[in-house]
Amino acid sequence: MAVTDFRRQFAPRPPRQRSIPRGVYAIAVALLVWFVAWRMFNGVWTLPLQSAEVTPLHLWLNEVNAWVRDNRDSNVLFVLVFDSIRIGVGAVAALFAQLFVQTDVGLQLPEIGWLGVVALVTWVAAAVGNYRVAILTAVGFTAFGVLGVFTEAMWTFALTLTAVLFSVAIGLPLGIWAGVNKRVNGILTPILDFMQTLPSFVYLAPLALLFLIGPASAVIATIIYAVPPIIRLTAHGIRSVPATIAEAADSLGVSKRQRLMTVLLPLARNSMVVGLNQTVMAALAMVTIAALIAGPGLGQLVVQALQSLNVGRAFVAGFAIVVMAIVLDRVTTAASRRAELSARHSTPLRRRRRIIALGAGLLVVAAAVYLSRSVLAAARFPAEAAVGEALGARINDVSAGFQNTFSVFTASLKDGFTIRVINPFQGLLTATPFLVVMLVILVIAVTVGGIRAAVISTICLLLIIAVGLWEDAMITLASTLIATVITMALALAVGVIMGRSDRVDRWLRPGLDAAQTMPAFVYLVPFLGLFGPSRFTAIVAAIIYAAPVAIKIIAEGIAHVSAEAVEAAQSTGASPWQTISKVQIPLAASSITLAANQGLIYVLSMVVVGGLVGGGALGYAVVAGFSQNALFGKGLAAGVAIVLLGIMLDRITQAAVARRRRIVPVTRRVRDVTAPLPVTH
Amino acid sequence: MSATTLTPTASATSDTAVDFAVRNLWKVFGADAQRIASDPSFTGHSAAEILEETGCVTAVRDISFDVAHGEVFVVMGLSGSGKSTLVRCLTRLIEPTSGQVMLEGQDIMKLGAKELREVRRRRVSMVFQHFGLLPFRNVLDNIAFGLEIRGIGTAARYERAREVIDLVGLHGYEERFPDQLSGGMQQRVGLARALASDPDVLLFDEPFSALDPLIRRDMQAEVIRLHRDMGKTMVFITHDLSEALKLGDRILIMRNGELVQIGTGDELVGAPADDYVADFVSDVDRTQVLTLRWVVAPVPEGLPTDGPGLPATTVIVDAIPTVLGSTVPVRVFDGDTLIGVVDRDAILREIMGVKPAAVRHGGASRAGARAGRVG
Repeated sequence: MAVTDFRRQFAPRPPRQRSIPRGVYAIAVALLVWFVAWRMFNGVWTLPLQSAEVTPLHLWLNEVNAWVRDNRDSNVLFVLVFDSIRIGVGAVAALFAQLFVQTDVGLQLPEIGWLGVVALVTWVAAAVGNYRVAILTAVGFTAFGVLGVFTEAMWTFALTLTAVLFSVAIGLPLGIWAGVNKRVNGILTPILDFMQTLPSFVYLAPLALLFLIGPASAVIATIIYAVPPIIRLTAHGIRSVPATIAEAADSLGVSKRQRLMTVLLPLARNSMVVGLNQTVMAALAMVTIAALIAGPGLGQLVVQALQSLNVGRAFVAGFAIVVMAIVLDRVTTAASRRAELSARHSTPLRRRRRIIALGAGLLVVAAAVYLSRSVLAAARFPAEAAVGEALGARINDVSAGFQNTFSVFTASLKDGFTIRVINPFQGLLTATPFLVVMLVILVIAVTVGGIRAAVISTICLLLIIAVGLWEDAMITLASTLIATVITMALALAVGVIMGRSDRVDRWLRPGLDAAQTMPAFVYLVPFLGLFGPSRFTAIVAAIIYAAPVAIKIIAEGIAHVSAEAVEAAQSTGASPWQTISKVQIPLAASSITLAANQGLIYVLSMVVVGGLVGGGALGYAVVAGFSQNALFGKGLAAGVAIVLLGIMLDRITQAAVARRRRIVPVTRRVRDVTAPLPVTH
Repeated sequence: MSATTLTPTASATSDTAVDFAVRNLWKVFGADAQRIASDPSFTGHSAAEILEETGCVTAVRDISFDVAHGEVFVVMGLSGSGKSTLVRCLTRLIEPTSGQVMLEGQDIMKLGAKELREVRRRRVSMVFQHFGLLPFRNVLDNIAFGLEIRGIGTAARYERAREVIDLVGLHGYEERFPDQLSGGMQQRVGLARALASDPDVLLFDEPFSALDPLIRRDMQAEVIRLHRDMGKTMVFITHDLSEALKLGDRILIMRNGELVQIGTGDELVGAPADDYVADFVSDVDRTQVLTLRWVVAPVPEGLPTDGPGLPATTVIVDAIPTVLGSTVPVRVFDGDTLIGVVDRDAILREIMGVKPAAVRHGGASRAGARAGRVG
């Protein structure tokens, strides 16, 4: 009694507060309306479109395609701009292709045969990195031969190299400019944000229209996809040079040029190398996907295998991509470490010893290159040493056996999930009148993201209707949302554990880093082997693809919750669960929202790739558009619809992140470094 | 490299030569900066009021002063008083809004970018609170950095850098990197870098604020020694009164961007311009700062002329043995002129911190004000 009196007298009057925020009611009402409308108007006003059906817009796009095809040789714009870009990029790509892949003469052997290539890349790895990554490189590149995919791997390598060269040539100056000039940075940032929101797939159709298909347009698509990280991280590195150091240099009278060369660039070097690493990984991922516009290489093998559902061959090619990803990642990472260390610890003696060792190595390289140009076994990887074919067949057996043996388990999991979760949710989205669905999305967007996000969402949805793909978009949205919810549940569980325990973090992080470097493609392969082609397969692959980035962001958020807040909670006797649910998760809310944002973008890009393995809907339309002229327009429209979905989901979640930030300020902008790409740290 | 430009020059040419002459200097941050600096209607307004009305921050407000050649000129104020902005305006690291800055008769405000760089490269160097060292360069290369950007060859700049390294006590640390050094050692590197170009004037922006007290004392002694040996003009920013009194020939006190008082240490303590300064100096041990000039009493009738005498510039603490050892009041001379006497009571009053009635009253009201602030 006394206590309550005391409270009544002295406690400050609590601010008026609802126990449940108004938004929750709004969403609950909207969902109820949705459900009722679904039961009452099932199948009415759902804007369906069969997979072979097209709209007038699609037909018009087909005509544009045909017109471009017929007139590109006489049109000034095409001849002067697009063709010259294509020819320029193509020439460089052809140069590397001749060097590593094949020439037109005689046996079509490359200028440097496999032995020479292995020796050369190993030497480069040793020169920019250390002997450990050199060994890894030698083993990795030899493995391509053993897997029987050396030529394809060299195509992928040559195209990646070309794309990286162009990306650096474009990205480095742009990044430096954005780093020293605030206005340029202000213009570039939203463009880069937008570019990185786009699923890699959707670049391809318009690029094929402008640049035709083949290696050159594959490289151009890759450049567009791979250039943002290096611009971003170069600018980021320059802008994060401490003001105190820049000012001290000014006080000594540096000129603008000296300031850049002696202060800004050296201090930004680390960030720039991280950018290079991300650019290389993005380039590799995109080069494999560019198989869809006839980009040669390992991706081509995967696509063919996926389309013929040959798990074994897809696995072998996918494994080769993984090997390439690991080699490229390790070498660029080692190169960044080396850049850091060499300034510190190099003594004249060490430097001389190293130069001698590298010089000797160069002689070995020269010998290997000479051999590879004169001995056939050193030029073309001997077929009898390759085990790829046999390995693929073996994997096919295992996969078939697995699917047979565990069919009870895998089939029941797949069917159960499909019938209980995917179908009902997809039905809810596709079978309800579109106006109701739009209204529900609008309410959610207002509540979660605010008015601006709601307006953008509405525009996106109207445009999706305009391109005639509402039903397909809703199917894709259903898969995306289901995959995202599961991804977030998984990421929250693992991320919280990881953020709370340094030991778990140390255990998991290398695996997550590695997982993030993998091109989206390869995630499909094992699940195709397990579950066969289906929407479920695409969803599982998307979850696995998106989980690492979401886990890392959440773990980061939890780990950065101030230790004092946690200690304060513990000192009042909070249990671990109370500490997590009442202190750490609320304080990491903005990170969790950011993880949801990134998770959505990753999932969306993967769900689209899932079109290749029975994901259907927009992804399928895009893929079909590449292969059938009659469906070109529809494929292009589907690409646009994917972009619109992506913008809508990104804007809503971004706005939610911004709102959270206002409540709990976050010291570091994670997005700056964690680009929505296969990234490494 | 020409030997003449790099050898430390000896002392000042004459006491009256002025290195820096600053007149009506303003620095206002914000869109309306120019208007506020030129519009007299803001004269009566406080910085807070101007911020309220225009959204502009007045960091430096109509400040004028001279820095004599060879002088150690200290600018003191609390954080946010504008002192760091003021020192940056001297070489236009921050562009002043209006006013005049003359360096040895040359108008700094009228210099082009290239001439300004020349000034920074050769004539005025700066030492920073957070050192501003380049983390990827070792000590030797950091110190030689200023010479490098002047285009001086490797051998010559290393030779000069090694000279300065010996001067600031960094011998043996040439190959270390900044993050391998303690804060005090890093600031020695910052100091050496500033000295390497043999400038006429050294600017210090709170150089020792980030250091431990003991290291700070060492570094202060180092600066005093360098000043004694090289006689360079120094402008020294600090928020630490004891540091100001220890180093400064003259001290400028700033508050909210405005000049409150300029004077020698004993002038600030003996005759504070207002309550703010008085409050500032109230904790100072007056016997260490005040000279006899501030405590003399009128010469009493019939004082014997053979008693002890002291110059008026004697600090009280140094006069204690003489005064306490004398049975009669000690006569105080300004040159040859007798200006008064000091007796035991006067000395003891100062030691006990008892102040004359008028000032004590002020002190009591300040104490009240302080209590009010705390509450």
